[in-house]
Amino acid sequence: MKTAAWVGKQALRMVILLAAVTAAVFFLLSVSPIDPLTTNVGQTALGSMSPEQVEKLREYWGVDVPPLTRFLSWAKDFLRGDMGVSLLYRRPVAEVIGERFFSSVWLMGSAWILSGVLGFLLGILAGRKRGGAADRLVTGYCLITASTPAFWVAMVLLMVFAVWLKWLPNGFAVPIGVAAADVTLGERIRHMILPALTLSLTGISNVAMHTREKLAEVMESDYVLYARARGESELSILLRHGLRNVALPALTLQFAAISEIFGGSVLVEQVFSYPGLGQAAVTAGLGSDVPLLMGITVITAALVFGGNTIANILYGLIDPRMRRRRGK
Amino acid sequence: MKKWNRRQWMVLLMMISLFLLILVTGGGLAFEEAAGATDFSRRNLAPCVEYPFGTDFMGRDMFRRTVTGLSVSIRLGLLTAGVSAVIAFFLGLGAAVLGKGADALISGVIDLVMGIPHILLLILISVACGKGFWGVVIGISLTHWTSLARLIRGEVLQLKESNYIKIASRLGHGKLKVAFAHMTPHLLPQFITGLVLMFPHAILHEASITFLGFGLSPEEPAIGVILSESMQYLVMGRWWLALFPGLLLAGVVLLFHFLGQGLLLLLDPEQAHS
Repeated sequence: MKTAAWVGKQALRMVILLAAVTAAVFFLLSVSPIDPLTTNVGQTALGSMSPEQVEKLREYWGVDVPPLTRFLSWAKDFLRGDMGVSLLYRRPVAEVIGERFFSSVWLMGSAWILSGVLGFLLGILAGRKRGGAADRLVTGYCLITASTPAFWVAMVLLMVFAVWLKWLPNGFAVPIGVAAADVTLGERIRHMILPALTLSLTGISNVAMHTREKLAEVMESDYVLYARARGESELSILLRHGLRNVALPALTLQFAAISEIFGGSVLVEQVFSYPGLGQAAVTAGLGSDVPLLMGITVITAALVFGGNTIANILYGLIDPRMRRRRGK
Repeated sequence: MKKWNRRQWMVLLMMISLFLLILVTGGGLAFEEAAGATDFSRRNLAPCVEYPFGTDFMGRDMFRRTVTGLSVSIRLGLLTAGVSAVIAFFLGLGAAVLGKGADALISGVIDLVMGIPHILLLILISVACGKGFWGVVIGISLTHWTSLARLIRGEVLQLKESNYIKIASRLGHGKLKVAFAHMTPHLLPQFITGLVLMFPHAILHEASITFLGFGLSPEEPAIGVILSESMQYLVMGRWWLALFPGLLLAGVVLLFHFLGQGLLLLLDPEQAHS
């Protein structure tokens, strides 16, 4: 019973935070001095229009409505499932996001799993013996990827594999000039390899460094020394004492890393012209498409908070120390 | 010759890093004029002895442009990381010292800011500020303080339990006096290290957001602008436009990282003797 109440509290906290983020972002966007008309219609076109036409456009972009009224009507519709109409794509925001989300989720999901598994394995390899050859290699690799901008890695991979070797396509999610129905799954995967690879390569360092630190701590502890003295093999120590201690922190860290994967995907999708959520966010931002930008922000924040909440709950449920502390 | 210990090697590494960073910053300032100079008789040259990084479609010397761009990045990074660190310091200290209400509020704000991916938040703030230079500066300053603020808050909470702070409050010193006279000196090493380790993030995010088209204007020789321009020429095989500027950017970020690690080793007594 106590546990159920605790999980409920975590979930409630997430909902409150999400509502706060939504309100904060809405007012942030409403103070923007950018005039949506001049950005999207253009100064010269605007000058040559009749006042009635300009008035109509002002109404379309909602220039004169005060922010609070706008927010309330937006929030009311949002709760009913209506996210408004994207001003740039001229289609319902929910439809645009749904479509983009579908192609993004495969990309981000595969990168998330790949970077998590690889990072964890590399972290174990490095943390097994602090200062060993494997440790130096992994630490060096993590340091380098952490200091390299993700979009540049994407550009280098594009240059090598798409332009120079011509092994893989140089952008987009599907081949150009082929009807949507004719695109095979294989083609989709071929287009996803480079973006997913970039995201995985750059996303490893966090999980790897954390796992390494934790495992090294465990391997230098007294109980591992005692296990060695008892004659346990290194493999058995690693599996029975090491893994049990580092698996949970790594898992929670990976859930908390959703935010970073999304941030990376914005840049990587831009480089590969991959039609995902990240690219839509950039387009919406450059064109001041407030409804679309709001929709993407809320969805992303929900994903990030969801990940964090799952991490918290996992930690609280699985780790016996946390369980006991809550019981007090 | 006597063998050097770890700390002495670290000082040497830091000196070299600092020297290189100053060199790049100064070089960029000196090249500012030449970086924008166009010369159509030398368009699209591959790297050679005279132009080590090649030239672009307008005949601009890519080496000079890159160094100028890095210099802009470093100066912007100093400004934004500085502002961000100061915000982090006061909010972290405030959360821990000012009582429960303030703590809940500040922790809530930290969670809020961390809930939106950095890049997306930068896009939002940039739109709110009307894009351009100030959008980047305000955006990066307002997004990078969270982890340092958390660190400082945790440290202060620990300090509050220590005897010398308890004695100081019992002796009748006010909360503010205790915070500034007794806690701040203890927090300074962490603060400075956090500040230096914030530079790499600030610089990388500045480059990223400019690359996406939100930051500095296309006329500016910023590293993000250079890389986003080079995107159009990748397919034509002009690899030098993208390769070298990115490599140098990563190099600068690494130098800052070494500087920060060095400081951590020298200022944190626990690490200094390990």
